[in-house]
Amino acid sequence: MKQSLLEIGYLIASVTFIVGLKMMGNAKTARKGNLIGAVGMTIAILGTIFLVEHSFNPLVLGLIFGAILLGTIVGWMTAKKVQMTKMPELVSMFNGMGGACAALISLIELKHHYHMMEDAARDGVSLPTQYGTMIAIFLGLIIGSISFSGSIIAYLKLNGTMNKPVRLPQYNIINLLVMLATFGFGAYLVFTGGSMIMAYGLFALALLYGILFTVPIGGADMPVVISLLNSFTGLAAAFGGFLYDNKAMLTGGILVGSAGTLLTLVMCKAMNRPLSNVIFGAFGGGAAATGSSDVKGSIKDIQVSDLAVLMNYSKKVVIVPGYGLAVAQAQHIIKELENLLEERGVEVKYAIHPVAGRMPGHMNVLLAESNVSYDKLVEMDEINPEFEQTDVVLIVGANDVVNPAAKTDPSSPIYGMPILEVDKAKNVIVNKRSMNAGYAGIDNLLFYDSKCSMFFGDAKKALTELVAEIKTM
Amino acid sequence: MESVFNFFVVHREIIYFIILSVFVGIEVIGGVPTVLHTPLMSGANAIHGVVIVGAIYVMLHVNPDDYLALILGFLAVLLGTLNVVGGFVVTDRMLEMFKKK
Repeated sequence: MKQSLLEIGYLIASVTFIVGLKMMGNAKTARKGNLIGAVGMTIAILGTIFLVEHSFNPLVLGLIFGAILLGTIVGWMTAKKVQMTKMPELVSMFNGMGGACAALISLIELKHHYHMMEDAARDGVSLPTQYGTMIAIFLGLIIGSISFSGSIIAYLKLNGTMNKPVRLPQYNIINLLVMLATFGFGAYLVFTGGSMIMAYGLFALALLYGILFTVPIGGADMPVVISLLNSFTGLAAAFGGFLYDNKAMLTGGILVGSAGTLLTLVMCKAMNRPLSNVIFGAFGGGAAATGSSDVKGSIKDIQVSDLAVLMNYSKKVVIVPGYGLAVAQAQHIIKELENLLEERGVEVKYAIHPVAGRMPGHMNVLLAESNVSYDKLVEMDEINPEFEQTDVVLIVGANDVVNPAAKTDPSSPIYGMPILEVDKAKNVIVNKRSMNAGYAGIDNLLFYDSKCSMFFGDAKKALTELVAEIKTM
Repeated sequence: MESVFNFFVVHREIIYFIILSVFVGIEVIGGVPTVLHTPLMSGANAIHGVVIVGAIYVMLHVNPDDYLALILGFLAVLLGTLNVVGGFVVTDRMLEMFKKK
């Protein structure tokens, strides 16, 4: 009876994961989809606690409830409090937690396994090796660990603690060797038995590989890496599902594994770079150096009063927001600018590059936070033909996504990436704090264009001044 | 070789299950607009938190005298909960922004 109820619970959970994820693909139903997934998850968790047969032990149950209570409070508070700009690194952190959870499950299973083997050896019986089970346990351990340490590095990179790619000499070869060593050692343990000490060694090796895998990748590519690690964790959860013949874990894990992989590829496509390029590095030190072209002119800067006049008498203004806008927390003041201009009959739109911000769609979330209407956010392919009729393009904290080198300079590391063709507009204004290069670390020829003027200053401060200036007119 | 065939026969259903699930995953993501990629990734992140079910399961069968296993199990459940709760809540916060005002 209990067993059947449990299986029904897992079935419901599996269906909610599929339906929920499907609904999340549509802006109208997305929020409900997420809730449906959460309900399914709750059913799966409660079912596991109350319906799985076990020898009742107060200490164990207490620890389970304690862990769930603590995790719920901390997880809830963190997710509620986090600023929207910090959201990508939080997703990475939560992903790492899931990976670590999968790795720990494998470690406990292994501990149990070696304990049984010892007992059997003492009694003089030999147990048959169940290769399928052992493979699932070891793969769960390896992949979970890689996902954990990799996600932590991605977290550190996104929050700026570790902002330079770290590359050992010949890092690709070292990484390949460490990866082969990790999986080779895992295979060795599956087929020879090994010991708990060796299993801890494998755990450490897999953690090391996760670090080495992520550390050379530049911050701009972190969304792709997080998406990939996300599908890794899904895979690790699926191995757990195989181990316990648990269909909810299998569905959830595989769904995320395959959906995550596809999402990773879609993101790469938006940047027009193959995945191998992201992982094995085209943004290498050498490539970045050749990326800067010699042709440089002079740059102009524009004063706030002139800019106010220019914008006030424009017909159409397109704002190109980038991560710099988010960092400066300027999304609210930009909304104020939009309102002000619209009151004066200026048409205002936002041009959203697929990889604006730190994740695809990140910029939409940030602007939605400050009440910018959803239909004012125009995607790249739709806005590009409109630039010719645009009087002023205001670029706030974006750089690489408007770099014409992506179209004109084959030696540039971002060559081939589709960009917002802002240079077709009549005037281009770039708000930046300084002349520093963008996230990809390359120079931007747009700034030397005769139509382009620089509006230096912190985005929030500069835009506040601009709004005040326009108000006086 | 024998054992490989044997493995396939024993786990036949689960292998079908896995292959079909892979296609479901691909199908579910197909044609999603770029603007929803971030919430979708975050939502998928919450769903793989189902690994917590495994953590609870392993914890229920752990030997209560094995303190190291208890500690590891406690950590596993804790981390799994963080993944699930944090994942769903942060996704909800993102999607809340898309709501028509």
